[in-house]
Amino acid sequence: MDKKIEDKLFTLKYKTDSKCHLHPDEAKCLQCLEKTCTIVCPANVYSYNETDKKLTVSYEKCLECGACRIACKYINWEYPQSGKGVIFKKS
Amino acid sequence: MAEENLQNKIDVIVVGAGPAGVSAAITVARGGKSVVLVERAPFAGAKNMYGGVIYTHAAQEIFPNFEEAPIERYIAKHSYVLLSEKDSTQISYKNPEHEKNAFVAIRAKWDKWCVEQAMKEGVYFAPNTLVRELIVRDGKVCGIKTDIEEYYADIVIVADGVNSLLAKQIGLRKNIKPKNAALGVKEVIKLSKETINKRFALEDDKGCAMEIVGKPLEKLFGMGIIYTNKDSIAVGIGVSLEDLKKQKMKPYELLDKLKEHPFVADLIEGGELVEYSAHLIPEGGYNAIPKLYTDGAMITGDAAGLVNNVHFEGTNLAMISGKFAGETALAAFEHNDFSSNMLCLYAKKLENSFVLKDMKTYKDVVHLLSGRCSSFLNYYPDNINKFFNIFTCADGEHKKQKFQKFTKDFFVKRSLSELFKDAIAGIKIVFGILK
Repeated sequence: MDKKIEDKLFTLKYKTDSKCHLHPDEAKCLQCLEKTCTIVCPANVYSYNETDKKLTVSYEKCLECGACRIACKYINWEYPQSGKGVIFKKS
Repeated sequence: MAEENLQNKIDVIVVGAGPAGVSAAITVARGGKSVVLVERAPFAGAKNMYGGVIYTHAAQEIFPNFEEAPIERYIAKHSYVLLSEKDSTQISYKNPEHEKNAFVAIRAKWDKWCVEQAMKEGVYFAPNTLVRELIVRDGKVCGIKTDIEEYYADIVIVADGVNSLLAKQIGLRKNIKPKNAALGVKEVIKLSKETINKRFALEDDKGCAMEIVGKPLEKLFGMGIIYTNKDSIAVGIGVSLEDLKKQKMKPYELLDKLKEHPFVADLIEGGELVEYSAHLIPEGGYNAIPKLYTDGAMITGDAAGLVNNVHFEGTNLAMISGKFAGETALAAFEHNDFSSNMLCLYAKKLENSFVLKDMKTYKDVVHLLSGRCSSFLNYYPDNINKFFNIFTCADGEHKKQKFQKFTKDFFVKRSLSELFKDAIAGIKIVFGILK
């Protein structure tokens, strides 16, 4: 885990949603070589484990910017449910 | 329509309580029509961040009492900074007559204040309400579907931000392409007012806006920003999403690189990180603007891609587009016509204002600049620093030799064909703006 980004995210307040709002197409992830989502996400939401061939989606860290949905067309991206998700207070 | 519950029918629904949405809603309320402003966050501003400022001209037009708002600092000084590996050149502009042209505000406070004003003028505010989709009947937008209920209106003003899933749903726009999107990441760093005033050479409550290009962002089309709040400063970057993809660079690592540069490190030294944030910026400019209206709906602000990225203007385009959408809605009620034929007035208002005129002026600039970013945002800034290094350094060696080497290097390190392409792009930019 990248400590620096975790420290940054630690400054934020979240109202964590009960369900995940980011749905990558897992079949496409298996074929995907770039793993763009793991690069562009400013909150390090996506991490890929080569051994398990599994993409972990830590949706509770999401900043709802939409970078992943623009950079990868195989992510079914929604907003968190009403009132849920990140809260910026000082930006 | 039989199933429309009268309690769930209002004149206008505005989706999204950012600068565009609140401006639209307050305009409608001032015209005497009923309006609900819907926001998915618990309060207005909670999902919003920017690398920018609020412009007085727009704030004044929507909120004549804007000076009562929680303003951090007016921008009295604009600085442009060119960074090389360790060194930097800074140009600053100050004009005592232009000290109140723009100001910095914290969005969680400013957006909230704006909505409070709107509520005082009769806008019904519905926070904690996510709009899942627009209700469309016979090709006409006639309401919204939230997590709980359906609400109906004669007009829906779509102000749901850069990702605008709603504009996409009704076919007004497609997903932004990565080359037409920049990712902004920002840190707000706490420092005392005295320290900020000393480091930025500011007096009292005056503020500074800095735009930064150069080494830490090399190989990418992007810029850094630093803005002063009252007792914190915002340090951020805005970089092309396409370039992040291509260069496989993580946005927060790039921001850290910028923060580590001696120029920035000196400004933030000893400061405490109080909030990190990220947001997309629509960068497609004029050529990427979608159709702005359909039967029963108009799209505004970031949702419509209304950003002048050459001048870092967005909040003012959002506010004025919201106002125009509100005015158009009022005209539609006067004529009892909510079809495209009537709502095209919204696009006409935008075309006749600075919003689309400015965007048209710069329609090719970003494209031309991004194609030559390694030169315009890196090679030339770096050479300016090299020049000043020679110019300011007295070391017993004679200057002529140094300048000869500098001139030779300038042409050797970048081939003539590249320099020629830069010149062509430069000419195209200038002619594109002036023609």
